[in-house]
Amino acid sequence: MIKLDSKIPAGPIEGKWTKHKGDIKVVSPANKRKLDVIVIGTGLGGGAAAASLGELGYNVKVFCISDSPRRAHSIAAQGGINAAKNYQNDNDSVYRLFYDTIKGGDYRAREANVYRLAEVSNLIIDQCVAQGVPFAREYGGLLANRSFGGAQVSRTFYARGQTGQQLLLGAYAALNRQIAAGTVKSFPRHEILDIVLIDGKARGVIARNLVTGELERHGAHAVVMATGGYGNVFFLSTNAMNSNGSVAWQAYKKGAAFANPCFTQIHPTCIPVHGTQQSKLTLMSESLRNDGRIWVPKNLSDVKALRAGVKQPSDIAEEDRDYYLERRYPAFGNLVPRDVASRAAKERCDAGFGVNETGLAVYLDFKTAIARLGIDKIRERYGNLFQMYEKITAVNPYEQPMQIYPAVHYTMGGTWVDYNLMTTIPGLYSIGEANFSDHGANRLGASALMQGLADGYFVLPYTIGDYLSHEIQSPKVDTNDPAFEEAEQAIRAKIEKLYAIKGTQTPDELHKKLGCGIMWEKVGMARTKESLEQAIAEIQALRKEFWSDLKLTGKPDEFNQELEKALRLADFLELGELMARDALNRNESCGGHFREEFQTPEGEALRDDENYAYVAVWEYQGDDKEPILYKEPLTFETIHLQQRNYKD
Amino acid sequence: MNLTLEIWRQPNAKAEGKFETYVVKDVSTESSFLEMLDILNNQLIHEGKEPVAFDHDCREGICGACSLRINGHAHGPESEVTTCQLHMRNFKDGDKIVIEPWRSRAFPVIKDLVVDRTAYETILQAGGFVSVNTGGVPDANAIPIAKDDAEESMDAAACIGCGACAATCKNGSAMLFVAARVSSLAKLPQGQVEGARRAKAMVAKMDELGFGNCTNTGACQAECPKGITINHIARLNREYLKAKFRS
Repeated sequence: MIKLDSKIPAGPIEGKWTKHKGDIKVVSPANKRKLDVIVIGTGLGGGAAAASLGELGYNVKVFCISDSPRRAHSIAAQGGINAAKNYQNDNDSVYRLFYDTIKGGDYRAREANVYRLAEVSNLIIDQCVAQGVPFAREYGGLLANRSFGGAQVSRTFYARGQTGQQLLLGAYAALNRQIAAGTVKSFPRHEILDIVLIDGKARGVIARNLVTGELERHGAHAVVMATGGYGNVFFLSTNAMNSNGSVAWQAYKKGAAFANPCFTQIHPTCIPVHGTQQSKLTLMSESLRNDGRIWVPKNLSDVKALRAGVKQPSDIAEEDRDYYLERRYPAFGNLVPRDVASRAAKERCDAGFGVNETGLAVYLDFKTAIARLGIDKIRERYGNLFQMYEKITAVNPYEQPMQIYPAVHYTMGGTWVDYNLMTTIPGLYSIGEANFSDHGANRLGASALMQGLADGYFVLPYTIGDYLSHEIQSPKVDTNDPAFEEAEQAIRAKIEKLYAIKGTQTPDELHKKLGCGIMWEKVGMARTKESLEQAIAEIQALRKEFWSDLKLTGKPDEFNQELEKALRLADFLELGELMARDALNRNESCGGHFREEFQTPEGEALRDDENYAYVAVWEYQGDDKEPILYKEPLTFETIHLQQRNYKD
Repeated sequence: MNLTLEIWRQPNAKAEGKFETYVVKDVSTESSFLEMLDILNNQLIHEGKEPVAFDHDCREGICGACSLRINGHAHGPESEVTTCQLHMRNFKDGDKIVIEPWRSRAFPVIKDLVVDRTAYETILQAGGFVSVNTGGVPDANAIPIAKDDAEESMDAAACIGCGACAATCKNGSAMLFVAARVSSLAKLPQGQVEGARRAKAMVAKMDELGFGNCTNTGACQAECPKGITINHIARLNREYLKAKFRS
């Protein structure tokens, strides 16, 4: 039985964070030296948190599965990072960024968390510039901005199409400085397989050294999960190959409640699937929608000619093109939020207007922008993205439009946290994409980087102090405690069980069945009661198949990528079911969660605020038992709930 | 298409390695090079053999995890792409492809095609940062930076730390990697404050870790998947000389 207390401070929204910071406790420098913190993951959240905690004087251990912290998947974020600087004098403000984020999330995020995010956004830009992040600049030497979906102002800071890379290199440099100073100890090529609890508090982890296969015990006074999202449950997604949901899932099984698992973001502009040998999908940055126009032909005869290769897209006359986003959403046009753009693409393709052989592609066209701005300007803005597109598809996007289609990109759902970013397990924190708190049912573009760095640099380092101030008398955690022994033995038993199966299907083959066969088809861009009920039954059956027919090579005590895959897949096979269950419970459409039964006559998501204005929080009950659903009501004190409107 | 692969197999760091030959069939020209290796691995597992270990993650050319020396070239025959962005349409049916790990003294093999690039981390820890703590920094627009300087800084900052430069260099030098970091920060006022200390510390660490000297052959630049040029090495040399001169 969990008790949900979001710990949102009372008072007017603009004063909550300031008041809270004044109310929470701090730890003296002398005591910080005695306290150990474990950070799992080194993306923007984890990298920033580990560096900042090290600077404050805590003893930090930071773990990542890659061979270097710099390779965490934040590195792949392309377009930019939002902040309410109002450098463009376009009437932006903290309130407007807050409002856009709540609205973009379709009114399913917590007001207080989102306001704080908008409030600290400006500090992030200052911090990154001080670290030497080479953001794009104007000729006068000041910072440049561009626009992203769901906003009518220009508030996105960027470094070409490599913003995530540059921000991560900034955080990684700060981390390196602390590693050199000895406050942070880095453990690359280590995967955390379990969280260890002593007396109900998070007290450490069991890690697998991915080079030797050895299991290691690490104790700490607090543990921070910065492990990203679980989009790879779909097999094909824009996530990196090794991104996974296993730490969050093990934490769930140890008592950390999981919130809104069904809220998945399908990104509208990805390179379409090429065939069955595909291993992952590539995103084309949302920033392209600043200048690119999305269209399909108006006439099915043109579609036929394009698919047959008789016509090229440039042969289709202007009046025969359907710029469907501009047609349906005049106020926002091509810059509607991601969920809206994705569904509109699906709608056109379902109606038979898809432009490639599979029928699952639309055009993203730069013809108008090149005519208006010249090819050099377009090259300066998007050169690396155009090059990437050409390398992958062998089509030159300066001459012919890009083909794009929606793909799984981000998970808004995640571990439930309170205002301090603490999970329902005392001493266990979750930050960045790994938690659920800031993006509601749909995340706006350029806001993931913002949240990761906000949590890592400016929120967690304050809030964790409040918890640790009560731990100054606690001695170093003894990793000989029976709780560590038990956790380690359970992992050994699980690995032995995997090896004992000796079946016929590889982890990849089973993962494809889960992701492409069940999740994408039945828990994907459009869901129905029937599809979700089928998905639950099919996942349960596939789980049995996994545990009776897995073929696993190698040995546990060596570098073994197949074992890594199998362990992660075992968790995805459980997490996928919870996603379907959550989607089935939510009898409404909101943001990225689209239930076909609940839509307006125009095909827009139809929310049910009376019955579903809550965070769905799930508590684990046991392997074959149904989880319990708790509801955290969402109260809107500042923003008036209304139907999202991007038309006028 | 069908291909013959000659792949370096080495069970662990201590064992001796050798080339093994494999045939992989029905590879789509649309597939990436790493997808082709996925197909091979799936085939090997079904034949009861050990799959080939290789590093990879983002598969979109930015994380720097993938490596591989393909037919003698770092990241394969195409210029300015990583192995994960190399597509099979660059090969022909019936081709023989030789696949090796990075060959560099400073990057020992962990298993098969996976190498240990910790040495790069250690160099960055010696000084590849601006010494500012979180918080207490000036407004982002307080320091104007010329657009061209920011662009040049970004050119260098595009380095993904994959190791191709050192693995390609006949001397096993990490100069292009070190230069990318030093040059990126040297072009910005924030980085200039500690410029001298940084250049000296990073070069000293590079030497200490067993990387070779730079003899300006330009091989690193030719193989860099991110198109980082040896102009940055020239800037590193200037920074280094300036630092030495001042001390």
